[in-house]
Amino acid sequence: MLTDEPRLSWDLLADVRHLFDFPFMVNAMRAGTIVAVLAGLIGWFMVTRRQSFAGHTLAIIGFPGAAGATLLGVGVHYGYFTFCVAGAIVIALVPRAAESSFGEESAVIGTVQTVALGSGFLFVTLYHGNLNGLNALLFGSYLGIAASQVVVLLVVAALAVGFIAIIGRPLLFASLDPGVARSSGVPVTLLSVAFLVVLGLAAAEASQITGALLVFALLVLPAATAQLVTTRPAASIALSIGFALAVTWLGLGIAYYTPFPIGFWVTTLAFVGYVFASSGRLVARAVRR
Amino acid sequence: MNAPAIELGNVYVRIGDRNTLCDVDLTVEAGEFVAVLGPNGAGKTTLLKAILGLLPIAEGRISAFGRPPGDNETRVAYLPQRRSFEAGLRIRGIDLVRLGLDGHRWGFPLPFFDRRTAGGRASWKRICDVIEQVGATAYAERPIGEMSGGEQQRLLIAQALVHRPSLLLLDEPLDSLDLPNQAAVAALIDDVRRENNITVLLVAHDVNPILPYLDRVIYMAGGHAVSGSPEDVISSETLSRLYDTPIEVLRAADGRLVVVGHPEPPAVHSDRHGHAH
Repeated sequence: MLTDEPRLSWDLLADVRHLFDFPFMVNAMRAGTIVAVLAGLIGWFMVTRRQSFAGHTLAIIGFPGAAGATLLGVGVHYGYFTFCVAGAIVIALVPRAAESSFGEESAVIGTVQTVALGSGFLFVTLYHGNLNGLNALLFGSYLGIAASQVVVLLVVAALAVGFIAIIGRPLLFASLDPGVARSSGVPVTLLSVAFLVVLGLAAAEASQITGALLVFALLVLPAATAQLVTTRPAASIALSIGFALAVTWLGLGIAYYTPFPIGFWVTTLAFVGYVFASSGRLVARAVRR
Repeated sequence: MNAPAIELGNVYVRIGDRNTLCDVDLTVEAGEFVAVLGPNGAGKTTLLKAILGLLPIAEGRISAFGRPPGDNETRVAYLPQRRSFEAGLRIRGIDLVRLGLDGHRWGFPLPFFDRRTAGGRASWKRICDVIEQVGATAYAERPIGEMSGGEQQRLLIAQALVHRPSLLLLDEPLDSLDLPNQAAVAALIDDVRRENNITVLLVAHDVNPILPYLDRVIYMAGGHAVSGSPEDVISSETLSRLYDTPIEVLRAADGRLVVVGHPEPPAVHSDRHGHAH
C-alpha cells in the first residue's frame, strides 16, 4: 500500500525509477506501450482512410461492452473486444449507396453510437451506480490493470500488427484510390471489412487506457501530427507510433505524480504535440515564401 | 497475326432490369487512339468496366488482346472518372505512382532495404522515368492534395503507365481541367501512346481537344454504339440515325465540331472551348 503520495524530487532518474516501484505501474507501463504501438499504427491508416468517425463510434460501442462485462462479473477487456469487433462488423455490413457516399454511413454510425452510449449508461446504473467505475470506462484509468489483461492486450495487438503488416500496401492503395486498386486486382471490399475489424480491436485496446471517450488521443492525434511532419508513408507511420508512445509514457509518468487523471494528461500532451507540429508547419511555410 | 486490342461481339450488360449495353459490336486495333463519346448515361463507363472485367456481361463476348476481360496477362491500366484528392491528404505524388507498380502486392516495403536491392532500385528508376515522361518531376515529391487538377491528372497518368500497360482506359480524364491543361494532357496522352505503342480508349465529354489525335470514334446512345472514323461518326446522318431524331453537326472554320439538336445535354460542344486557340 502507498503510505504517502508519490512526490517529485530533483533527481529525474530516481523519479523515473520510482515509477516502477509498484507492480500496478509496471503493468500500466506495459499495457500503455502495447496499446500505443497498436493505436499509432492503426490510427495512421484510419486518418488516411478518413474513418475517424467510425473509429470513435467503435470506441463508444466498447463502453456498453465494458459496462456489461462489469455487470456480469467478467473481465472488462472481454466486453471491450466483443462489442468493438461486433460493432465493426455491423458498420462494415451497412449497405452503401455508392463507393464515395459517406452520408448514409455517417447517419447509421451516429445512430449506433447513441444507442451504445445509452445502453452503456443503463448497464452502469444496473450495477448500482459505481460512479468511479463509470469515470474510468469513459475517461480512462491506469489503476488495476492485471497481468493477465496485459497478456491479452499483447496477443491481440501482435495479431493486429502482423495482419496490418501483411495487408499494408494494398490497404494503402485501396484507401487512396479504390477504383484503380480494384482494377489492379486488390480485394477492396474485403480489405475495408478487415480494416474495420482491426480498427475495432485497436479502439478496444485504446479505450482501456484512455477511456471510451478519449480514444482519439491515441488513435487520431499521433497520426495526424505525424502526417503534418512528413509525407513519406513509412516515416509517417513510424513517427505516429513514436508520438503515441511518447504521450502514453509521459502521461502515465505525470499522472503517477499528480492527482489528475491519465485521460487528461494523454489527451493534453497529444494536443500540445499537434499544435506544435501545425504551427511549425505554418512557420516553415511562411519562411519559404 | 496479332489479335485486335479490344473486340466486343453482341455484348449486353444489364444493371437492374435495364440494358446499359445493348448489342454492342466493335473492334479496336492495337495502337489506336479511340474516343468514346455520348451523353450522360449512354453506357460509356459501363463499356470500360465491361472491358476491365469489373462488370459481368449478360450476353456476347469481350476479349482484350485475345484474352478474356480481367485476365492478368493483359496489361490494362484504368483511370476512373475524376478522382479528386482532398486538400489535406498528406501523401506524396511519387508514392501514389509507386502504388500503380506494386500496390496490389501483399506486405509492405521497408524503405531502408528498398533502395539497396536491385529490384527496389529498378522500381524507383521506372517510377522516376515515368514521372519524367509525363513532365511531373518538379512536383512529384509534393503532397498530392496540394496539387492543381492538371498536376494530379499527370501523376495519375504516370501511375497508370508505370507498369507498362498495352491498353489504357481513361474515363473523362480531361473533365474539370481548364482549357490549356485539356490540350496539354491530350497531347501528353498521344505522346505516350506513340512512344510506348499503347492502345488508348478515352471517354470524353468534348471531342475537340483530342480530335487531332483520334483514329476512331465510338459514339454511344442508350446502350447502343456506333464506331468508325471521326468524320463518319460525328456526322449529321450517323448521329440522327443513332438518336432517331434530327441532329446537325457543324464544322467551324478551325475544324472544331459542334453538335446541334442533341436530345440530352450536349455531348460534343465547343462553346466553352471558344478561346482555346
